[in-house]
Amino acid sequence: MWNIGKGVLTLFVVLGFIFLLAPLLVVVPLSFNAEPYFTFTEGMLRFESEAYSLRWYRNIFESEEWLRAIQNSFFIGIFATFLATVLGTLAAIGLNDPRLPFRKFVSALIISPIVTPIIVVAVGVYFFYTDIGLGQTYLGIILAHAMIGAPYVVITVSATLANFDYTLLRAAASLGANPWTAFRRVQLPIISRGVITGALFAFINSFDEVVIVVFMAGPKQRTIPREMWSGIREELSPTILAVATLLILLVVLVLITVEVLKSFGEKNKLSAN
Amino acid sequence: MTAQQDIKSRIGPIGLALPLVAFIVITFLMPLANMFKESFYDAEVADALPRTLRLLNAWNGDEIPSEEVFRTIAEEIIVLQENRTIGKIGIRVNRVVSGTRSVWGRTARRVEGVETEDMRTTMVGIDDRWSDLALWQGIKKAGQRYSAKHYLQAVDLSRGDDGSIHRVDTEQRIYNTLYLRTFRVAITVTLLCLLIGYPIAYAIAHAPPTLSKILLFCVLVPFWTSLLARATSWLVLLQSQGVVNDLLVWLGMVPDDGRLSLIRNMTGTLIAMTQNLLPFVVLPTYAVLSSIPPTYMRAAASLGANPVQAFVRVYWPQSLPGIASGCLLVFILSIGFYITPAIVGGPKGQLISNMIAYHINDANNWGLAAAISVIVLLSVMILYIVFDRWVGVDKLKLS
Repeated sequence: MWNIGKGVLTLFVVLGFIFLLAPLLVVVPLSFNAEPYFTFTEGMLRFESEAYSLRWYRNIFESEEWLRAIQNSFFIGIFATFLATVLGTLAAIGLNDPRLPFRKFVSALIISPIVTPIIVVAVGVYFFYTDIGLGQTYLGIILAHAMIGAPYVVITVSATLANFDYTLLRAAASLGANPWTAFRRVQLPIISRGVITGALFAFINSFDEVVIVVFMAGPKQRTIPREMWSGIREELSPTILAVATLLILLVVLVLITVEVLKSFGEKNKLSAN
Repeated sequence: MTAQQDIKSRIGPIGLALPLVAFIVITFLMPLANMFKESFYDAEVADALPRTLRLLNAWNGDEIPSEEVFRTIAEEIIVLQENRTIGKIGIRVNRVVSGTRSVWGRTARRVEGVETEDMRTTMVGIDDRWSDLALWQGIKKAGQRYSAKHYLQAVDLSRGDDGSIHRVDTEQRIYNTLYLRTFRVAITVTLLCLLIGYPIAYAIAHAPPTLSKILLFCVLVPFWTSLLARATSWLVLLQSQGVVNDLLVWLGMVPDDGRLSLIRNMTGTLIAMTQNLLPFVVLPTYAVLSSIPPTYMRAAASLGANPVQAFVRVYWPQSLPGIASGCLLVFILSIGFYITPAIVGGPKGQLISNMIAYHINDANNWGLAAAISVIVLLSVMILYIVFDRWVGVDKLKLS
């Protein structure tokens, strides 16, 4: 009786994972479809090599719009990430200090951009930035993306700071390091895992963000998600599937990096002990 | 002494936190405050009669305004007549002082081209209501730049010609239907996420370490994958010639001419949103489940509980914090969901957020978009405060 229950549970879990992963698992092979269809052709199911092709990937890299979108996404993403990472790391160190007044309030304020519905953020940002002359500019989008990216940096850096041993800074000072050197040579390397993880999350977030971009971007600032957005709503082309596959690949790479950083940190902790 | 030398103490925690706080205030809070202002902004009359209203500001309200005021409003009425917007102004003022709607049209038709030293007498001659103080007070009131007009519209109310508030006609009631629909979708998606997510979290928490790591990775990849990419995939999967329907036909579960319509309707919205938000239940639940000591279950068993009893009485209650955290998050996020319903929802699967975007992108009604945004924001804030009281915001985890 109990075994049947266990079997049912396992089946349920497997189905749950299929549901969770189905969109990813289907879009990847379909992006290699030689035909402009959105389903598996018989040739694909028989694994005939001529049923597969890279034509949709070639489409991306031969299209001026997509190339500009890729360029824009990286440009906006890198600057937004830089801003978010610097501001977020400093703020996390400040927040971790019990002497900071109104700590709970400040941390709620800093986290608030990511718990506010993105459509509401986008509406507010669109009106305000247009009023102050930042509508349809790179700077406007970069500032908005830095604002929604910074909370991720604060969260991940705070998590690494929770284990940070402050006597190390005192040790550095007693060995003659000035505060800046102590921060740069002692504290930063130890919390760097959190900083890099936060930066990666902020980057993905900017890279995937579409609502703010739909409202704010002019023809010049169109990013990858913005091109996908109009592509999906106008005429769905398999090129979009190729782009989606590349985005999934990016996430997998980022998450593997984060995992590697994590295990690296655990090893560090072990050897320190 | 040396402790004071580290960089934190030198600049101080305030100096470290301040740049980001200032940045968030400027790039986030000020836009929201501005949006709040915009939601009350309603300057139709103010923009139509700017000079008259400036003069009326200095008017004491006890006597008929001066010749200068009459002359100015006559000029502005002529311009409005040329722009064909005089009727709108009549309607707006009439809401404040009823029975004055016809004043405007009549005056506009007769005042044009009149050469006179005494505009006051001329206009009172055209329509004697111009000598009525109530009309002038009404103009002044209707000329205020802020009103609750957009909020009324956002909850399917409108002001009648006499200024009374009533519900709009049944076929025009769109917003309340959408709030209700959004609420229902949020509840349904939350329950579906719990139903599917709890066993997944359980499996990850109790799998051997390596498998557990792999399974967790399988949750994190879709969690971080672009919403657009996921919505596109669902479009491809669920359309009538898509993979799911093909599979069902091939299995013989559905006839070829009776393919299911799974997309561009409410079904599509529910399926895609559940998948999108599933990790938000799985991750916090997993975090809690993996911290329940296995000895508890063994203790329950050794005290004579069968596995079901042990689960219901010992395990389930301890997993509640994780479930509460996950479910509340999913509920809050569902309320503001926009991209997925826009792509897979079709007309029947749109939520309130889609209306906000419609008023910005297509209808160009910023005030209404702002008012609906404020309503959504306030609902989310209330839920968020509940979340904080119940679970604690600092429990948010990302990986």
